[in-house]
Amino acid sequence: MAEEMTSSHRPHVDLHSALRLRVEGLCVERGERRVLENVGFVLAGGETLKVTGRNGAGKSTLLRALAGLLPRVAGVVAVEGAGEEEVAPQTHYLAHADGLKAQLTVAENLAFWADYLSAGEPAPNHPTRDLSVAAALASVGLGHVAGAPVAILSAGQKRRVALARLMVAFRPLWLLDEPLTGLDAASREKFALAMRDHCALGGMIVAATHEPLGFDETRELRLGKTPKGAAS
Amino acid sequence: MTSAFLTVYLREIRIARRLGGSGSMGVVFFLTLVTITPFAVGPDPNLLARIGPAMLWISALLASLLGLDRLFQADAEDGSLDQFHLSHAPLELAVLAKCAAHWTTAGLPLALASPLFGLMLQQDGSALLGVVASLLAGTPALTLIGAIGAAATVTLRRGGLLMALLVLPLAIPVLIFGVSAANAAAGGTVPFLTPFAILCAISLVALALCPFAAASALRQL
Repeated sequence: MAEEMTSSHRPHVDLHSALRLRVEGLCVERGERRVLENVGFVLAGGETLKVTGRNGAGKSTLLRALAGLLPRVAGVVAVEGAGEEEVAPQTHYLAHADGLKAQLTVAENLAFWADYLSAGEPAPNHPTRDLSVAAALASVGLGHVAGAPVAILSAGQKRRVALARLMVAFRPLWLLDEPLTGLDAASREKFALAMRDHCALGGMIVAATHEPLGFDETRELRLGKTPKGAAS
Repeated sequence: MTSAFLTVYLREIRIARRLGGSGSMGVVFFLTLVTITPFAVGPDPNLLARIGPAMLWISALLASLLGLDRLFQADAEDGSLDQFHLSHAPLELAVLAKCAAHWTTAGLPLALASPLFGLMLQQDGSALLGVVASLLAGTPALTLIGAIGAAATVTLRRGGLLMALLVLPLAIPVLIFGVSAANAAAGGTVPFLTPFAILCAISLVALALCPFAAASALRQL
């Protein structure tokens, strides 16, 4: 199991190296209030964008709007170069709610998301970049609890299972909302490794967090610089 | 597409089995409703035989509403619903798979248990068969219509009652043709197939429309 964890066993295909996420003039309203005004950036394959800002600045809103989970008032969000227009099926979205069923075992949960998220994918013309459930669990250090129901896991362990979900079905864009919550130092290191690995595969990461992600090659987007009420 | 449907379906079945209770609760509730009927209308066998199919149908309708409010709520709370939005497979397919699984674990047991409970309401053989057949054909429509209500009330903490208020009026056509099919089987003036065919048609229309309605409600969250 341990040898499968290393990135060298996953094919570093450059098919998606021309991939980029283009966001232009994104405006999002929540309950009559405009939370995001004219947000724009371009993220190339292999890049990581760290979204920062005070509480309520719209970090989570930005991630949900990028994933298409919130209606956009105006603006363009597109993943270019993937041969597919829609952003949603190319996106992993990880937030506080982890999408795990307490009644199912860890392996069953992951196997379900692996099957469901890759179902209906156009037939891959490149070697798969999905990790097996066992390998993904090993990479977050949870190989030993694969058969345990999620209900008995600790909060940190659940979070790690949710992180393993990102790896069982390869998707170029990861949208991570406070991904490090509840993780201990060792798990953070492992996850930093996984994120680096994802970038090496040509993936992109947009992470909203207050904490350092654990690697340097990040760009930063600060939200809510103008204090409320100030003229922009 | 088929594999997405099957994955969701099997997951839901597995969850229902682990949870236990949701299917059997419906049947027990069904039994309770059928049991209290003679206390309300009196133990006259002829009366019970006459109103039996209707009572069985009303009880099944109410029992099928149990647990329906959780159809999408559990997924909304734990974030699974967000993931369903992000699939290559359309949300409608996930909705349909969840409805199919809900029907298998909640609607089907009701139909299968109905002949046993029909005996308590003085139903003879052909009437029992009629009730089972009409419930088998009609409960999918109840589940599918209920899915719209469940999707519309998914963000409400105690949406169960509101869902029932939304769903019950829509279920009236199902009830009308379900009961008339069951009555026809028990020996009425109408041939059994006439109301039964309409009941099947309602289920098929629900199958074609309700997943879209429920999915579009879920997209508005």
